[in-house]
Amino acid sequence: MEKQKIDVPVMADLFAKNEKPEYLFWVGSAGAFDDRYKKVVRAFVKILTHLGVSYAVLGTEESSTGDVARRAGNEMLFQMQAIMNIELLNGYEVKKIITCDPHAFNTFKNEYSQYNGNYQVIHHTQFLRDQIEAGNLKVKSAIFNEKTITYHDPCYLGRANGEYAAPRKVLDFIPSEKKEMKRNKSNALCCGAGGGQMFKEAEKGDKEIFIERTEEALETGADIIITACPYCMTMITDGIKYKDKVEEVKNYDIAEIVTLSLGI
Amino acid sequence: MFTSIIFILILFGATVVFYRKVRKITRSIKLGKDITINDNILIRWKRVLFIAIGQQKILQRPVAALLHIFVYAGFIIVNIEMCEILIDGVAGTHRLFSFFGGFYGIMVSIFEFFAITVMFGCAVFLIRRNVIRIRRFWNKEMTLWPRSDANIILITELLLMSAILIMNAADSILQTRPDSHYVQVGSFMISSIIQPIFSGLPSSSLIIIERFSWWFHIIGVLVFLNYIPYSKHFHVFLSFPNVYYSKLRPAGEMANMPSITKEVKLMLEENYSDQDDDNEEVTFGAKTIKDLTWKHLMDAYTCTECGRCTSGCPANITGKKLSPRKIVMDTRDNLEEIADKLFNRKSSEKDNKKNTRTLFDFISAEELWACTTCNACTYECPVNIDPLAIILEMRRYLVLEESAAPGPLNNTFSNIENNGAPWQFSHEDRMEWAKDIEMNGIVE
Repeated sequence: MEKQKIDVPVMADLFAKNEKPEYLFWVGSAGAFDDRYKKVVRAFVKILTHLGVSYAVLGTEESSTGDVARRAGNEMLFQMQAIMNIELLNGYEVKKIITCDPHAFNTFKNEYSQYNGNYQVIHHTQFLRDQIEAGNLKVKSAIFNEKTITYHDPCYLGRANGEYAAPRKVLDFIPSEKKEMKRNKSNALCCGAGGGQMFKEAEKGDKEIFIERTEEALETGADIIITACPYCMTMITDGIKYKDKVEEVKNYDIAEIVTLSLGI
Repeated sequence: MFTSIIFILILFGATVVFYRKVRKITRSIKLGKDITINDNILIRWKRVLFIAIGQQKILQRPVAALLHIFVYAGFIIVNIEMCEILIDGVAGTHRLFSFFGGFYGIMVSIFEFFAITVMFGCAVFLIRRNVIRIRRFWNKEMTLWPRSDANIILITELLLMSAILIMNAADSILQTRPDSHYVQVGSFMISSIIQPIFSGLPSSSLIIIERFSWWFHIIGVLVFLNYIPYSKHFHVFLSFPNVYYSKLRPAGEMANMPSITKEVKLMLEENYSDQDDDNEEVTFGAKTIKDLTWKHLMDAYTCTECGRCTSGCPANITGKKLSPRKIVMDTRDNLEEIADKLFNRKSSEKDNKKNTRTLFDFISAEELWACTTCNACTYECPVNIDPLAIILEMRRYLVLEESAAPGPLNNTFSNIENNGAPWQFSHEDRMEWAKDIEMNGIVE
């Protein structure tokens, strides 16, 4: 197989050449800095490249959306981030934003419009669904034929924005057995990381939320737990380690299982 | 004539007392910050139709839903009979509508059927609460009063429905007695089953039973009506406006703070000038009930403490102190306390200031910081109460006014401020992930 090197296009460079990409791919802080999650955004740009999509990232100009700050009560910091990001995005005349992070998705889609930031925002599960349905991605490889897959709904994609179907549609195209967890879709249990929890110790209780959720995922007998959010990935991966199932059970982002199916 | 006067006096008294309490609650709700909700009227009415009237969200738990619909539908239908009872009471007539003939008997039989469904629902509810002890009815915040409140409501409804059935049974026996002059309308579907219990009694006793049941029922209804505003049962009225005024935007969107936008613009934009010079002092976030909006306060009065929010809350499920229901109950308790002082003319100004407790006297920081903002609570609530909004407003107060975020979150804030990421990495390294990505070409 031929290897192809990918140069991820950066908005400032394209703009200097007077080029305007169709999509902005919002990498997010986890995509930039979390070692596990870097693999997810790398997988996703492979798909973008494979499809020949016209896109760019902000690169070093990107900054936190402010979602964590806002939900942890720091509205001042959130709005500063929002206003600075919007200035940057509007400066590049960004119209469409793709992101793998449901928190960024929610913030751009629902909250930036209050500060003159109006974009068409697409979560990567929705993008992947559209591309597969259009026949642009041939994911029907047999490598997961024998595997059981369960999907964990991120709160900010599911309950917060009502998107339960897109990720399931993508997985339906990948030949494998699907099993739902007991609490799924609108009743899905949170991974425990939202609202600032990712960055602090949990309050005292009987159990960590991520363990409760991982146990529920393991109960399905799945070999693969699919997530679609950077926080969920950290939590479920930790949960699998905690339950000592690293050998038997894998946690992939939906972008990763698609690249694996495509063999790219 | 004499009984009519007594009836009218009781009815008038009960109505006045009820009106005064409802007016007080309305004033209490208006203590909240003023916001305007007048958009998308059609969508809002549709929600009232489906969620409030149609009980759509209750259906997520089918057993409870079925029982609730028994009680809810039953109570509405049985109360049609109240029209006749009220007119009979005022006019001193007896079964005024009996001129409908056979149709009347059918109607009363239908009412009796629904009385039975109400009784069945209430009985099972009592068993679920007190015998099976379903967990959500025994969480920490379900102290003696909330538990008793629920039982009082259920037992009262059982008694009121029994009174109707006993009254009808005695009535239909009396109709057959030559020594009484009860209107001939025949016996009714359900009460005819219990008729044999009373058939051996002399007419004089039956008249006492019939009259006692009639008065017991109507006075019971009026007492119950006046109990409702003091109880969690107030949801029978407020569910409808509460659903109407509930949030239409996606659940993930947090309420904006225009007061902060002003501050941020002053900082970021050199030429920005504050156009409206209202130097009114605003509190950022919520410390007292007055910092919440009237809608949050309406939420507090609408809550019937069913605990679905809490049973869906990941923090609560894993044993943390946070319970969304408690947040809403505490808001109501604090509001009632403050309203009592404000609207009670006898208490002095000084007294008011001295003993005013805030939301933080009821809700601890530990509860607030345990929330993952997952929206399970808002999704669960059958009447669209938003406990999350109250939690977030209180977090805003802690952070913006008191700088009292948990230590690690303060580090996160300074990382975002300094490096544009919640972790301590330089923004210069934001493209490290994109190095050396290689992909396989597809073999077709």
